[in-house]
Amino acid sequence: MTLRSYVVSRILLTIPMIFILLTIVFIIVRVLPGDPVLLHFEKMENPRAMEEMRQKLGLDKPIWIQYFDYLFNLLRGDLGKSMQDYSPVASQILSAFPATLELAIFSMIIAVSIGIILGVESSKSYNKPKDHIVRIFGIVTYAIPVFFLGMIFQIVFGVGLRWLPVGGRIYPTMEPSGLRIPLSQPPGGFATHLLLSCVAGLVAVMMCVVALKIRGQKTTRKTLGLLVSLFLTVWILWALAGWRFITLGELRISTGLYTVDSLLEGNPYKFVEALRYLCLPSLTLGLVISGVFIRLTRSNMLETLRLDFVTAAKARGLKEITVTYGYAFRNAFLPILTMMGLQFATLLAGAVLTETTFSWPGLGRYIVDRINFRDYTAIQGAVVFYGILVSLVSLVVDLLYAYFDPRIRL
Amino acid sequence: MEKQLLAVEGLTVEYWARRGRVRAVDSVSFTLDRAETLGVVGESGSGKSTLGLSLIRLIPPPGRIIGGHLWLEGTDLLKLREEEMRNVRGRKIAFVFQDPMTSLNPVKKIGEHFVELIRTHEPKTGREEALRRAEKLLNDVGIQSERINDYPHQLSGGMRQRVMIALSIALNPSIVIADEPTTALDVIVQAKILDLLKNVQNVYAMALILITHDLSIALERCNKILVMYAGQMVEYASVENIYNKPQHPYTRGLLKSIPNIELAEQKLEAIPGSPPDLLNPPRGCRFWPRCPSSIGKCREREPQPVETEPGHFVRCFLHEVAGNESN
Repeated sequence: MTLRSYVVSRILLTIPMIFILLTIVFIIVRVLPGDPVLLHFEKMENPRAMEEMRQKLGLDKPIWIQYFDYLFNLLRGDLGKSMQDYSPVASQILSAFPATLELAIFSMIIAVSIGIILGVESSKSYNKPKDHIVRIFGIVTYAIPVFFLGMIFQIVFGVGLRWLPVGGRIYPTMEPSGLRIPLSQPPGGFATHLLLSCVAGLVAVMMCVVALKIRGQKTTRKTLGLLVSLFLTVWILWALAGWRFITLGELRISTGLYTVDSLLEGNPYKFVEALRYLCLPSLTLGLVISGVFIRLTRSNMLETLRLDFVTAAKARGLKEITVTYGYAFRNAFLPILTMMGLQFATLLAGAVLTETTFSWPGLGRYIVDRINFRDYTAIQGAVVFYGILVSLVSLVVDLLYAYFDPRIRL
Repeated sequence: MEKQLLAVEGLTVEYWARRGRVRAVDSVSFTLDRAETLGVVGESGSGKSTLGLSLIRLIPPPGRIIGGHLWLEGTDLLKLREEEMRNVRGRKIAFVFQDPMTSLNPVKKIGEHFVELIRTHEPKTGREEALRRAEKLLNDVGIQSERINDYPHQLSGGMRQRVMIALSIALNPSIVIADEPTTALDVIVQAKILDLLKNVQNVYAMALILITHDLSIALERCNKILVMYAGQMVEYASVENIYNKPQHPYTRGLLKSIPNIELAEQKLEAIPGSPPDLLNPPRGCRFWPRCPSSIGKCREREPQPVETEPGHFVRCFLHEVAGNESN
């Protein structure tokens, strides 16, 4: 199996996986006994209001029609309406997700760097005092409850030393807007715009040709075909997307990640501020997760450090750092990568406790809120969102596996 | 001493295990001249691999060199700092390991192994030049140069051992230590790999230390042979002397257990018993429980190596009378 067929088959396998997942979620939420509407209203029985809600949410239809509605709506990115205020669940989730994503990314960076560096160091000084200290550190951080550590950090760095803010994402009214460039309509209208977009396609093709020339590849029929399709794609996309921004009057790019948006906006002050707000929550979460990585790195390194090719590399006089990272760690990395995927998926699902401790307006808090309101459609939407997210993360991990371990590409 | 390429004096290695100290190599001495081949022969656990690794100071952790000297062209390797030792490894003394299946980094391409090695020791060499040298080296050991872009798992065991040999000669070292280079390979490939080693040894004018459990291989391909038993050198002599007038009962036993094609009817003689537990070696000579000609004092005192004729050392009481009386 070549790398390409591995990638294609792995991507194709994700589709039935997600389909099965969607069906299971539907069965759990809708088909199993217990009427969501009845549960939502709890004891205040008001038949008219309940009937009205059923109609608005489409819960009065036969179950199999509901199922297909649910699937087709999902294809359009529609996760249904919230039982609380009938606003679309998808947009609620999407507005809460960037906060969680940002926190997850920063905590992962902290956890993985602490975990790998300490794990490698401790495996290299196996059974020496350094090793014991690192192991104790790993167990302590792993065992400590996240809200407890969070509160200690808040007391020390927030209340005591007043270095860092104790909660929230950024000072209100300071939310970065992302990239905004005002655009004016070209004099000739859409026709001129279409013509100008053609230039973008040509530029893309030229760049590709130059790149091919540098690599010294011959122009074959296949590359010609690729160039033509590249030209068409760039032209069409540029024309359509560009026209949309022009009619809006400005070009808007914002990711919802405050650190990225503040940079796009070109406002270093906001960037620093966003980082300051990120510090305590990501450090708390990162430290707690790092314990897993320390232990995993250490145990895998202990195994690979014993392997023949490590001794052989030393016997060739390679530098200590090359042997440690290029040989032993490179081969100990795959299980760590798996754990990174799992942990990252968990983090994306919202670190409920951390987000609550630091009033972080992310998915975790969204879910807790919705559960308190018995908002079944929102919960279902969030579960579906997580499910898809987890399958995508595991897809990425598997593809990275193939990249890092040439033996899988066979 | 200056003339000799490598002179090992009283090298002693111990493993400090929890249950006690194991002396895996017990004051072994030998010398090696340029382009010479030394065979180190012994059964499993006799300390021959530990001896090999200790020559480049790479014994795994509980083990440590506790005594002796390793003179390489007049400098004592045991006195070098770790960074200086790193320059010796690969450049002056190269190593070929037993199991080619596991001695290459599975996530690095073959060519990358060469680039890394060459550029570590010669930082001024460019990547492209290193790759070109790698191609030439691979050709020298009989592998097509396109294989440079393959990963180790795409090569067979024999090919990987060829790659290991190419890696070991890449920097033109003066000594190559081959630790059972053919044990993990099948018989036909074994012969080819040994021929290849001989061949590159001639072309590159290197000294070779061939560690093997197979005395017949050593007899065929070496100039000198060092026979080890239970961590000790029991006999050390030129190959002619080992073959024609072996003096230690253990060497004689090993010779008798080599099948001879002309004497097809001959019954092979095995040495009875098994090697001693090194945590708890027998009193006196370490070989006496298995020795057919042991005498009374073998059980009481440990024999010391004696030189029975120039260049022929043996550790046995039967020959002590012939040499000078020591201890």
